[in-house]
Amino acid sequence: MTTISPKEYMTVSAGRLLRNEDVCFVGIGAPSAACNLARLTHAPEITLIYESGTIATTPDRLPLSIGDGELHDTALTTVSVPEMFQYWLQGGRISIGFLGAAQLDRRGNLNTTVIGGYDAPKVRLPGGGGAPEIATQAREIFITAEQSKRTFVDKIDFLTSLGHGQFGESRGTFGVHTKGPTQLVTDLAIWDMLDPDGLKVCDPDFQAQTAEFVVVSLHPGVTRDDVVASVGWTVRFAPHLGVTPTPTPLELETLRALHARSANTQ
Amino acid sequence: MATFTTLSDAIRDNVSNGQSIAMEGFTHLIPFAAAHEVIRQGVEDLTLIRMTPDIIYDQLVGVGAARKMVFSYAGNPGAGLLHRVRDAVENGWPRALELEEHSHAAMANAYHAGAANLPSAVFRGYRGTDLTNVNRNIKSVICPFTNEKLACVPAIRPDVTIIHAQRADRNGNVQIDGIVGVQKEAVLAAKVAIVTVEEIVDDLRALPNRNANTCILPGWCVTAICHVPKGAAPSYATGYYPRDNDFYLEWSRISSDRDRFLAWIEEHVLAHPFDASVQEGAR
Repeated sequence: MTTISPKEYMTVSAGRLLRNEDVCFVGIGAPSAACNLARLTHAPEITLIYESGTIATTPDRLPLSIGDGELHDTALTTVSVPEMFQYWLQGGRISIGFLGAAQLDRRGNLNTTVIGGYDAPKVRLPGGGGAPEIATQAREIFITAEQSKRTFVDKIDFLTSLGHGQFGESRGTFGVHTKGPTQLVTDLAIWDMLDPDGLKVCDPDFQAQTAEFVVVSLHPGVTRDDVVASVGWTVRFAPHLGVTPTPTPLELETLRALHARSANTQ
Repeated sequence: MATFTTLSDAIRDNVSNGQSIAMEGFTHLIPFAAAHEVIRQGVEDLTLIRMTPDIIYDQLVGVGAARKMVFSYAGNPGAGLLHRVRDAVENGWPRALELEEHSHAAMANAYHAGAANLPSAVFRGYRGTDLTNVNRNIKSVICPFTNEKLACVPAIRPDVTIIHAQRADRNGNVQIDGIVGVQKEAVLAAKVAIVTVEEIVDDLRALPNRNANTCILPGWCVTAICHVPKGAAPSYATGYYPRDNDFYLEWSRISSDRDRFLAWIEEHVLAHPFDASVQEGAR
């Protein structure tokens, strides 16, 4: 087996968050690779849903867009886009929303709208798409993104999709009662949303107002300094910092074969 | 009752300066040929409505046909940003573009409300997002039964909706297979609807293995039907041709430069009027 790349650590570790019984609303890009790797390895029964309306889709190749024909051809059923957002997402049928972002902060708030000011942006990004409602209506959110100071910022330029709001706020401040972002998987580390006592979002005593993403596991060969150097805020590390388990040969072979089959779409 | 006409006549008779137009198709069945005819006829000052503006609106915005865009995801799906939209927003080239920006859930609900002849759409959305600060059309209502605060946006009621479908029959009944997107709602919400199709058959009811669920619109809901094979390329038509992913990636290169973009429009749109005689022959 050749050297494992940071991005492969990211995709494999992100895929391991998913369980067989999950109903997962899949964002395009890094989340799509992780979700399909999970389906092709440890979670063969997982229900993958894309916002184009395809439910329980089982693509052989990674789609380039969220509406590629293969997503429909391999789906259990395809519904209209209004039905997707009304019955399935708003209806509370989605257990996991898996999102990426152009910018994120330590509270799990995501920006995919603009870099700079809204009216005169430095970079006009695509916008929210399905994410603002996925972020609030899926029962739990996982985020995956490659670390850089451009992406991991102290203050995002625009809040497209709610995480836990600003320090001092919580999702309840906005009338949102789903868990929100609980875990973040990057090319360097795994982060958990923890309060200062180390409690997780699912803990009844979790203090949302003071919680932030905390590094709980470094990928093999990654140092604390590597993480700090690629993040725009003061990074907190868990007292007992773990080492991310190495991808198994099956996970790596499956991921590489998936990418090879998807060559013209990646 | 739908009338059968050429694409150029359908656009000339139904599309004019200053209108609001929705060209829908969620990645699948995007009506590119019709948009190119709009460009050839030089229509201006449009309000373009579409959940995912995609390359189709990048082209219309790039030639300066639009003054406003109502949308929820302005990316080149799978390939990155829309450079012509960016240039209009960031630099006002070739003209300034007003944005009315929503989420997918809001647009889907707003089309649904339009089709249902309601003034607005009510849904659970926009919680905690800055979008509410930049779009005056995002408001809220209080549920009179539960006191829950819900998002409210105006119904989308386009002057004209244009979609592409696999088939119509001689009575103008429209069939779609595959990802159905928001096309039914966009047509029923509009004053006028133009449908371009891959194929015209005698009678949808008489097709072998036909499935009545795939007829999304009876002919009496449609204004004009045009026979336009490959009318959705470079997007795709399930059962006819796949998405041209290579072109979607190539578009990033073409559209990143103003002159290269204009040369592409000249060569591939303006220099190639849609040929009605070929169209009649194919039919």
